Amino acid sequence: MFGLGLLKGMGVTIRHFIESYVYDRKPWENRYSPEWLEKHQRVDHKGLYTIQYPEQKRQIPENYRCIPMLIYEGTPDNLRCTACGICARVCPPQCIWITRATDEKGRPKAKPASFWIDATVCMSCGSCAEYCPFDAIKMNQQHEIAPTDRNRDLLYDVATLSVPLDYYAKLHPTDYAAEEAARRAKEEARRAAQPAEGSPAPQAGATPA
Amino acid sequence: MASLDLEALQTRLNEALPGSAVGQEGGWLVVPPDQLLAVAACLRDMGYDFLTHLSAADYTDRMEVVYNLHSTRPDLCGPGIPFKVRVPDRSDPRAPSLTSIWQGANVQEREVWDMFGIRFEGHPYLKRILLWEGFEGYPLRKDWHEPYFEQEHKPFASRWPDADRSRIKAEDRVRWRRNVQYPTDFDPDGYQQLPEFDVLPDGKIDLGGIETDQIFVNIGPQHPSTHGVFRMRLGLQGETVTNLLPVIGYLHRNHEKIGERNLWSSNMPYTDRLDYVNSMYNNFGYAVAVERMMGLEVLERAEYIRVIMGELARIVNHLACTGFMLNDMGAMFTPFLYAFEERELILNLFEAAAGSRMMCNYFRFGGVSRDLPAGWLETCRDLVSNRLERTLDQFERLLTENEILLARCKGVGAMSWQEMVNLSVTGPMVRSAGLAYDIRKIEPYSIYDTFDFDVPTHETGDMFDRYIQRIDEARESVKILKQALDRIPTHGPVRPEKKVWNPKVPAGELYSRVEHPKGEFGFYLISDGGINPYRYHVRSPSFINLGAFEAMAVGHLVADAIVLLGTIDITLGEVDR
Repeated sequence: MFGLGLLKGMGVTIRHFIESYVYDRKPWENRYSPEWLEKHQRVDHKGLYTIQYPEQKRQIPENYRCIPMLIYEGTPDNLRCTACGICARVCPPQCIWITRATDEKGRPKAKPASFWIDATVCMSCGSCAEYCPFDAIKMNQQHEIAPTDRNRDLLYDVATLSVPLDYYAKLHPTDYAAEEAARRAKEEARRAAQPAEGSPAPQAGATPA
Repeated sequence: MASLDLEALQTRLNEALPGSAVGQEGGWLVVPPDQLLAVAACLRDMGYDFLTHLSAADYTDRMEVVYNLHSTRPDLCGPGIPFKVRVPDRSDPRAPSLTSIWQGANVQEREVWDMFGIRFEGHPYLKRILLWEGFEGYPLRKDWHEPYFEQEHKPFASRWPDADRSRIKAEDRVRWRRNVQYPTDFDPDGYQQLPEFDVLPDGKIDLGGIETDQIFVNIGPQHPSTHGVFRMRLGLQGETVTNLLPVIGYLHRNHEKIGERNLWSSNMPYTDRLDYVNSMYNNFGYAVAVERMMGLEVLERAEYIRVIMGELARIVNHLACTGFMLNDMGAMFTPFLYAFEERELILNLFEAAAGSRMMCNYFRFGGVSRDLPAGWLETCRDLVSNRLERTLDQFERLLTENEILLARCKGVGAMSWQEMVNLSVTGPMVRSAGLAYDIRKIEPYSIYDTFDFDVPTHETGDMFDRYIQRIDEARESVKILKQALDRIPTHGPVRPEKKVWNPKVPAGELYSRVEHPKGEFGFYLISDGGINPYRYHVRSPSFINLGAFEAMAVGHLVADAIVLLGTIDITLGEVDR
């Protein structure tokens, strides 16, 4: 019958309408509560998927990556970075710039003298974090980074990039736990290999993988 | 790739064409330029009738034009015939055009002319396609350097250990104007981007005695119907399209030159930016190509993850394409957003696994970048078994019998598969015209040969068939997903033990293709044994499918041409590269 297909299609539209405005939007529910948000991201949800940014923000998954960050232990001058340069070389758009520090005699030290990331060029691919052998560079999840002057504010130096280890542990708990477990296993293996020497345990993260 | 008896083929060719001297080198037939047309015609008559890929390479002392010929016949399909033509003269390189045999060579030869400056003799309209006529030089030649050129290959020495900070933000210091060079015979002031026009077919249409002039209408580059920065120049008689010229290149960024500068591994995030609707499948194509060159085995769990990601991307693409098609038809936004609910859920899954919703950068040579997070597979199973099929059913209820959609779509843009094959069209479009040509079946890669799925086909290849074809293919994807989610090993490594940031790829060249949601997605790669590709070419399905746009649209109304563009399903990131 002519028109039946149209009616069927309208049935779909009406179902969506009912799901969105009758089933989903209950006036007594607080639309800005975390429970509401959680419900509206689920696979079995029916109705609206739109959320009201910036009043509401999605839970960001642990693996999410935006711009790199440098990790320090304890104080900000105790960076894990050894200026080995792998991140600068693997970076696809080549947006990492490192100067290696030297001591008084001009010999290279395992420290960066300066570390720059041009965030206008960074493509958030995560290669630097992936290939860093010292777990010194990781991906930050702070994505609301729009500044008013791109030339001044989007060229990140060490001070902007550095974050404490705790911050990283909170952002990527699974990765952090796995890295710590691997490090402990390695230390134990080393201790088992040289027994009764009484050598002090090596500094955390001080040796390459 | 599976072996192909090139020796036998070479002998057969040399017997069939007395006096020809077809050689062979490194798995490629080498054809003398003056015999190219005869050899190509002979191969076509043998049944290799599908010219899917055409590209070129610059070896600084010579140039080569490479062709990959496949067959639509079930007994011959599989790995195609790779052959090439040597062009010794770099100052004025010339090669015969294959447009007289395959019309599909048209856009690809124009691209080679644009990028390498190889003149194809006998080509009907040899003009630049991605760049503009006032561009000096041929960017993919090895001696061409871009503005801000630093070094031939990454990694650049200025980054470490003594960062040359004067180079940071080079764009502020380099004056763009000084980098503009024009060809010697070019007058920038008198340049008219599209001259009135040298290829006008006489588009006379009988409008029942009404006299009309042909008028030109430009749609785009900023226009909601063009899916990006794309322009079509329509020649119209009344409201009927008499000729159509796609004007592309607005998003051109010389992806291939960037790819040649990059490390093999750091090309992966760049492939995300090609077809940004399904970056997972772009990763898939590149990973498969490089693994074939390296002879690398992929870990089992990683293979399953790859297939799951790839098929989820296909569903996203087909749903989005259907939504866009309705948008183009005038059903603004509502049905489009129905399609985007599932896209949202799938992108959430991508984000949880890969770290990014659209620029996934998830595949690595030999595996994937990281294992799935806890609970991912359960969410995915829930989505696949409880939601996706229901969505596809909902689309069918909404559209398949809808009288308005039928009236708009039936018979519009219909084309036989023979014509499409002649135009090198691949993917859902050629299948919707009746040819069961799916690379997952005829030349299986990854673990697709272990899955039970069909290749749906339809008859006419009109807009309606393309729509229903995409829905059917999404159903097949759901079938594959269910099997993959059942069979995926619960544990196991997903990437090789050692993370290598600068893998070396053995010297050689190959063309490798996968069945991208938009069509045949291929990589033509040459390695000189180093850590950078020597040549990196993307055979992008959107770009080549777009070559068939004019043939489909002529004779239809403007409003239909816009929907036709939607059903061709292009992504400009991939068209322009």
